[in-house]
Amino acid sequence: MAAVQETVDRVKSIDVTEYKYGFSSVIEMDKAPAGLNEDIVRLISSKKNEPEWLTEWRLEAYRRWLTLEEPDWARVNYPRVKFDELHYYAAPKSHSGPKSLDEVDPELLRVYEKLGIPLQEQELLAGVEGAAQRRVAVDAVFDSVSVVTTFKNELAKAGVIFCPISEAVHTHPELVKKYLGSVVPTSDNYYSTLNAAVFSDGSFVYIPKGVRCPMELSTYFRINEQNTGQFERTLIIADEGSYVSYLEGCTAPRRDENQLHAAVVELITHDDAEIKYSTVQNWYPGDAEGKGGIYNFVTKRGDCRGKNSKISWTQVETGSAITWKYPSCILRGDGSRGEFYSIAISNGHQQVDSGTKMLHLGKNTTSRIISKGISAGKSQNTYRGQVSAHRKATNARNFTNCDSLLIGNDCGAHTVPYIEARNDSAQFEHEATTSKISEDQMFYCQQRGLSAEEATALIVNGFVRDVLQQLPMEFAVEAQKLIAISLEGSVG
Amino acid sequence: MLEVRDLIVSIAGNTILDGLNLTVRDGEVAAIMGPNGTGKSTLAYVIAGKEEYEVEGGEILVDGEDILAKSPDERAAAGVFLAFQYPVEIPGVGTMTFLRAALNAQRRARGEDELTTPAFMKRVNEAGAMLEIRKDFMKRALNVGFSGGEKKRMDILQMALLEPSVAILDETDSGLDIDAIRIVSEGVNKLRSAKRSFVLITHYQRLLNYIVPDTVHVMSGGRIVRTGGKELALELEQSGYRDFAPHSAAQPAAE
Amino acid sequence: MPARIVSSRTDAEVALADAYGAAKTRLPGGEAVRHLRDDAFGIFAGAGLPHRRVEAWHYTDLRSLMREALPVAARPNGSSLGAINGELAGRPSFGGGRLVVVDGTFVPSLSDALPEGAGVRSLADVLSEGRPELIDLLAARDFGEGDAVLALNAAMMQDGVVIEIDPGAEIVEPIEIVYATASAQPAASFFRSLVVVGDGAKVRIAESSIGRGGRAGQTFGCLVFKVGDRAEVGHTAAITRSEAGSLRLDSFVADLGARAQFDSFALVDSEGLVRRQLFMRFSGDDAKAQLRGVSLCQGREHVDTTLDVVHRGLGCEGREHFRYILDDAATGVFQGRIRVEKQAQKTDGKMMSRALVLSDEASMHNKPELEIFADDVACGHGATVGSLNADQLFYLRARGLDKRSAESLLLEAFAGELADEVGHEGLVARFRAEIAHWLGERTKAGKGSGGSKG
Repeated sequence: MAAVQETVDRVKSIDVTEYKYGFSSVIEMDKAPAGLNEDIVRLISSKKNEPEWLTEWRLEAYRRWLTLEEPDWARVNYPRVKFDELHYYAAPKSHSGPKSLDEVDPELLRVYEKLGIPLQEQELLAGVEGAAQRRVAVDAVFDSVSVVTTFKNELAKAGVIFCPISEAVHTHPELVKKYLGSVVPTSDNYYSTLNAAVFSDGSFVYIPKGVRCPMELSTYFRINEQNTGQFERTLIIADEGSYVSYLEGCTAPRRDENQLHAAVVELITHDDAEIKYSTVQNWYPGDAEGKGGIYNFVTKRGDCRGKNSKISWTQVETGSAITWKYPSCILRGDGSRGEFYSIAISNGHQQVDSGTKMLHLGKNTTSRIISKGISAGKSQNTYRGQVSAHRKATNARNFTNCDSLLIGNDCGAHTVPYIEARNDSAQFEHEATTSKISEDQMFYCQQRGLSAEEATALIVNGFVRDVLQQLPMEFAVEAQKLIAISLEGSVG
Repeated sequence: MLEVRDLIVSIAGNTILDGLNLTVRDGEVAAIMGPNGTGKSTLAYVIAGKEEYEVEGGEILVDGEDILAKSPDERAAAGVFLAFQYPVEIPGVGTMTFLRAALNAQRRARGEDELTTPAFMKRVNEAGAMLEIRKDFMKRALNVGFSGGEKKRMDILQMALLEPSVAILDETDSGLDIDAIRIVSEGVNKLRSAKRSFVLITHYQRLLNYIVPDTVHVMSGGRIVRTGGKELALELEQSGYRDFAPHSAAQPAAE
Repeated sequence: MPARIVSSRTDAEVALADAYGAAKTRLPGGEAVRHLRDDAFGIFAGAGLPHRRVEAWHYTDLRSLMREALPVAARPNGSSLGAINGELAGRPSFGGGRLVVVDGTFVPSLSDALPEGAGVRSLADVLSEGRPELIDLLAARDFGEGDAVLALNAAMMQDGVVIEIDPGAEIVEPIEIVYATASAQPAASFFRSLVVVGDGAKVRIAESSIGRGGRAGQTFGCLVFKVGDRAEVGHTAAITRSEAGSLRLDSFVADLGARAQFDSFALVDSEGLVRRQLFMRFSGDDAKAQLRGVSLCQGREHVDTTLDVVHRGLGCEGREHFRYILDDAATGVFQGRIRVEKQAQKTDGKMMSRALVLSDEASMHNKPELEIFADDVACGHGATVGSLNADQLFYLRARGLDKRSAESLLLEAFAGELADEVGHEGLVARFRAEIAHWLGERTKAGKGSGGSKG
């Protein structure tokens, strides 16, 4: 008992304020006045010189949003967001449209350097072995605006479009118009509708037919400004037979107020295409008393539009005060496949309500869900998932495994799956377990010389291994470190 | 060298070890025998530092140093190794990952450098070969899906890697067939050295045919009640433990 | 997520309010009971009939499924009782005593005396007598979290049985509660029964129905178990013999004492809409419970089993296992929530639901939930949905069975397996016969020859 007690004590003593990425930077910002109305929506649109159709699209979403109510079905409790006190647009002042790296404000570059995000193409090019394999193209989004995108030219040679969505609106209007809002319609839910009205920037990716994207693409999101909401919008289209692996990372400074992050991500795969989307979410979780932290209310959805296409979501969720997030797959194309691999760690006063939806519409569609939740401190961690097979989705297959691990006795772990079969050929299997690190395992590891912290880390890493394996190598290493930091005190 | 002096241990209010004394010198192999429920496994767990036991008196010295205040991992670093009666399964944790983590943790605790990958691999491969452990086992999660014999061999492999000064084998023969006992025993015999003390806890004499002890202690009622040479084990095989009723009318303790 | 819909009351809700208003002065019970009824009706009126947005009723939208509220059944008269008596006479009895409830009213003249150590009275008598501890148990206020249907039953309860088992008593044969319908017109009945099992007592309660009245009625039943420390209780329910278009809403409450053992099995083979909601709480330490059920569904039936299991005591073991066979355009719903409170360390909870879907038109909805607030627990749940195993079918056919027989054999095994665990030969035989009957009818109707796919 005592070994576990020790772990519990250590978890209790965790200083959540030791958030590694909690510095803030002084950068001159151009901010819209607080509050939201049609004028602000128009302002955002005009700041970006948007075509009229997009301004209208935003306004329609805004009007729709006014009729909606904030959802309350998730197992999260928090003081409601004061939407009229938020700033809906913030951009670094020096910024006026996407630039080459040389022109970027050096202060901004220093921020990303501190975050360990490689914006220097040169550094990467000079990088070690297997250069082509290991290079990562980065789109860095600072508050609301994409500040720099690396490797653009090289990607262009392969025909890959990777740029801020605000740029794509001008350079590839036909693609944006065709796909924007086609997976997450403007009226989908409260937060996504708000996003449609005020989204500021985000990444746009188009992989042409038959192209295997020559490098990993990634976006780093950073919230810096006070009292801002961040509303990025990401749109990724994989045309027939193409493949792309996309990584997303997030950090925010430590602030006493809660900050809102309401992003929308839309993925589209055509016939035989595949998108692998990985997230390491490390927004500021709030301090030891639960003060401050990001509200992460994100809508992520992939549409396997083409036959035999595949979308795979992998997420490592360690940050945010409140997480409300269900990356989903619409398995529309016959033979399409959806995957969801998740590690969600909650500590301190964090509340996580996350999971996925696998909607089987096409024939012979398959899906797989592996979710690992770890709750520590005073946190609440909920897996909420839906698997459904529609009448015509013959031979739909799903396997779901969701396991929860509890560390300490002030936290909660919850599992809420919805499993709906509407035909006789669906085969769904679901299993879930909740347990704690057994005393026998702890003692065994300690007997072999590992400290309680090392033993906990080892066992936790074993617990999440199935999911870590799904991440690209560089990310997996980072994620593993992040897990250790998130459980700091209980993990060495 | 292991010295246990006047050790009194209870669990949930029941006294299990009741003033136990035991000395195992460097290089000595001591067998502890006795009827079920007499506290043999308790002794092993208490030396290794399992938490639910209440040590009410006495001391345990390893190489002259009292270890009672140490945590299990500190005791491991001090040279205590327990081969478990039931080695634990740890899903998802690769055997190699575990071995390396344990070895390096102990080396760090002792102020030694961590092993390089080639040096580590070499040692694991040598130990694996000695214990006839198939290479693919090392790729699996620790003890998961291993048979009883495979788990025991994995434990002895760890002993070979970690080079303890006090090795305690708790009913290592239980549940093993003859071939498995032979392999495990050969491994143990190769690990006998002038610097290492062994404590073999066993209910049956059988294991002692393979690992010949220097001394045999009979335990009953939470104490060592008789000590002799290896011939004592053969005697017990003949007469059983009935001559060694607990020294008092106290409740037979749970193991 | 669209905005919350503020809707006006449905016809059924208005009719139920009228029915309560008209009946409340005539319903049994003194001042305290009247308060209880008013409070309960307040809960119902506040929430209305449950609908999709009420999480516990997500898959059974009662507001749209219950179009009208039928008039409350009158007390049964002499001639209808005669017919029921005739039917009862033809039914084998287990000898533990049979209690007959007709249209929600306990009829002592049709019922047996209970064996020594057990006593029975009508709910109406108990309510009128007003012993506070029994009223409290009957009210079961801290179960169901304001569930509107449970509250409606508490407001409207007309009658039922109150069975008390003396501490230490061992009742060997099952005490049967038999439900019968007499009313000539489609009617609604509201009954609530209570079984108080003293410390260390042993008893088995078997519920079943007789008669096919030829009417689509609405029944709102509730059975409350208060199980004393170390008591051993078995419970079975055969939910059969209702008509297409009927509505059957059964609530079941069990509060378990320390080291109690509780075992419940239900077979649902019923037409129309059936919802069983089971609220069980492990209040004492080291209790063990098993909840099991088999639902055989065809036509346009809608069968819902919803569990809410709360672990409050230390070291309790819960096993929940429910199976469904769904044919035609039937809908099966299984919702199971295991909640482990903070102090309920060493809880061992396992829940399983399995469904065989035999028709393209049938649906199965599963929502097995875990809500864990204690860290030293081993809890798990599993859910499978699928068709018959093709390998097993092939194996049987390779051994010479035709497709229909092979299918029946597998279905019978699937359903029968859980019934076999009931632990009373006579009851097992009854459930087995019911399952065989269902399968026989299915085969006769010519189903199951083309259904299953790889």
